[in-house]
Amino acid sequence: MAKTTMIKAITAALDEELSRDEKVLVFGEDVGQNGGVFRATDGLQAKHGEDQVFDTPLAESGIGGLATGLAFTGFRPVPEIQFFGFVFEVMDSIAGQFSRERFRMGGTRKMPITLRSPFGGGVHTPELHSDSLEGLVAQTPGLKVVIPSGPYDAKGLLISAIRSDDPVIFLEHMKLYRSVKEEVPDEAYVVPLDKAAVKREGTDVSIITYGYMVQESLKAAEDLQKEGINAEVVDLRTVSPLDEETILASVKKTGRVVLVQEAQAQAGISPMVASLIAEKGILSLDAPIGRVSAPDTPYPFAEAESTWLPNKKDIVEKVKEIVEF
Amino acid sequence: MAVIDFNQLKNNESSEFQTIRVLDTNGNVINQELFPDLSDEEIVQLFKNMVWSRILHERSTKLNRQGRLGFYAPTAGEEASQVGSEFAMSKDDFLLPAYRDVPQLVLHGLPLYKAFLWSRGHVDGNKYPENFNAIPPQIIIGAQYVQAAGVALGLKKKGANAVAYTYTGDGGTSEGDFYEGMNFAGAFNAPAVFFVQNNGYAISVPRAKQTAAKTLAQKGVAAGIPAVQVDGMDALAMYAVTKAAREYAAAGNGPVLIETLTYRFGPHTLSGDDPKRYRTAEEEQEWLEKDPLIRMRTYLDNKGLWSQEQEEAWTNEVNEQIDEAMALTEQASKQKVSEYLQNVFVDTPASIQAQIDAFRTKEGE
Repeated sequence: MAKTTMIKAITAALDEELSRDEKVLVFGEDVGQNGGVFRATDGLQAKHGEDQVFDTPLAESGIGGLATGLAFTGFRPVPEIQFFGFVFEVMDSIAGQFSRERFRMGGTRKMPITLRSPFGGGVHTPELHSDSLEGLVAQTPGLKVVIPSGPYDAKGLLISAIRSDDPVIFLEHMKLYRSVKEEVPDEAYVVPLDKAAVKREGTDVSIITYGYMVQESLKAAEDLQKEGINAEVVDLRTVSPLDEETILASVKKTGRVVLVQEAQAQAGISPMVASLIAEKGILSLDAPIGRVSAPDTPYPFAEAESTWLPNKKDIVEKVKEIVEF
Repeated sequence: MAVIDFNQLKNNESSEFQTIRVLDTNGNVINQELFPDLSDEEIVQLFKNMVWSRILHERSTKLNRQGRLGFYAPTAGEEASQVGSEFAMSKDDFLLPAYRDVPQLVLHGLPLYKAFLWSRGHVDGNKYPENFNAIPPQIIIGAQYVQAAGVALGLKKKGANAVAYTYTGDGGTSEGDFYEGMNFAGAFNAPAVFFVQNNGYAISVPRAKQTAAKTLAQKGVAAGIPAVQVDGMDALAMYAVTKAAREYAAAGNGPVLIETLTYRFGPHTLSGDDPKRYRTAEEEQEWLEKDPLIRMRTYLDNKGLWSQEQEEAWTNEVNEQIDEAMALTEQASKQKVSEYLQNVFVDTPASIQAQIDAFRTKEGE
């Protein structure tokens, strides 16, 4: 057990699964000898060989097709899409193909694919690297969409994802790769794919969030505590399908909700959570559902990130508004 | 500075892709060297498969008109291309068909009634046994190509003596996935045989509007893989070329692209397409004279291997098979949303389970 970063926890999870099951294949652009553009696959090809860890030509759609075909022949593919802004190139393989194969073939086949991809703002990337596009895949039946908020969850969720016989889109926030350290067990462990986590218990308001915004929400909760507001922070972890039970239990307990996401207001996961609460938790509410999200523009030019991205201050303001409603 | 003759470069690029033929339109062997290594009995069986496919086409058309089948993409005219290539494949090979490639799927082992259920839009048509090496017909043009690269790499990794084989049409060669699929298979040296069935039209758009390339076979050059153009109305040429390509790929040499020059004697699909809007009667007549069944029948007649009586007996047998398959098709149970929901995930999440329970109640369970 040692304090480590999310990127190291991800590498450790991949290492564990490559050792455990020779059918696990890690592939993508620059994931082999180079060890990935973020070093997520560092050392894995040297240890496990080119048969299990390999580079591909530069074509996301081809990578998606490769994963689908390998799954049809009994492998457990863990492809990487270098940045999730490039998902549009592989949208058919994801949303038109491997998410549907089990359904399409009447349950006679499985697609144990875990597609890893970095996303997320705050690190001044060039265009179409940081966009939060989880909403697109969350709206696709047949996929599980997982977004860890720190090193411990990242390792356990990734191991669960790779072992799952269902296709999983595993999104890794770039700002979380090295900014947060947590105690992470050396051995393999799993974090369930169907459970949200209450990251901070509270009684006055539920902040329901995911990804890097979990960290901002936890900081906001500390500030709010100083003003006498006791916020509960719920980390969705698996953003689709939603863990309705945990969400509704928190809403029932606090009676007030603020949904926080980095994605634009018209995108992301919050609209689904809001709809769930409106449908199944409305009688618990003492105030409207508050939302913190990005403006409805395309992702900003790098220099404008700090004024565009939602942050702790936005969360504190919105929570106060909802608590004082 | 030396001047580059771009016109010459453009004219040269297709010169290596001459059409391969074994039989002429009169059923005469014009290329003894390429004549396939098949016994007379096997050649008769190949022809029987072609007749089967033609009858299946005719019956499918009628069954569609009667409302007893749904989506149907006609196959008449493409028997040599489809059936001739399939005949060279092994049951261990993995087939990734496009929506028009139902005959290959059935010949590869899919029970006919399942093909009919697929046409009608019933999930049971796509329930394939574990050891059946194929997936249902692909509707997204090109997707089968990138998936074939993945299947081929999987077969290579398992050390299987088998290939992935897949089909698209002339229009499909304009898709990005067409290029990516070939290029991936090439880069991984994976055992795949890629077919382009060039029937001259993608719905109404003629082949010439897809690309300035003079052949579609030459597109293999972009992937660095060998490619050939074959007379797709000549079953013996199709068999011979496919067999050679399959053996080449299975031996670890990497993928092959095969362009087949063919024609469909009818519309794109039976969903309202009218080829009279974009094809001339003269052109259709010209291709009808190249009918792959006629030249094979003539070849077999000349060798005393096939008779009118045999054809009638076989026709009756095929029609009976189709009747039996249709009867099974019509016995399929009504589809249930609860089963649909059950098929989405292996590990069903709570939110889906709640929907399953609700639908089971509705469905009276």
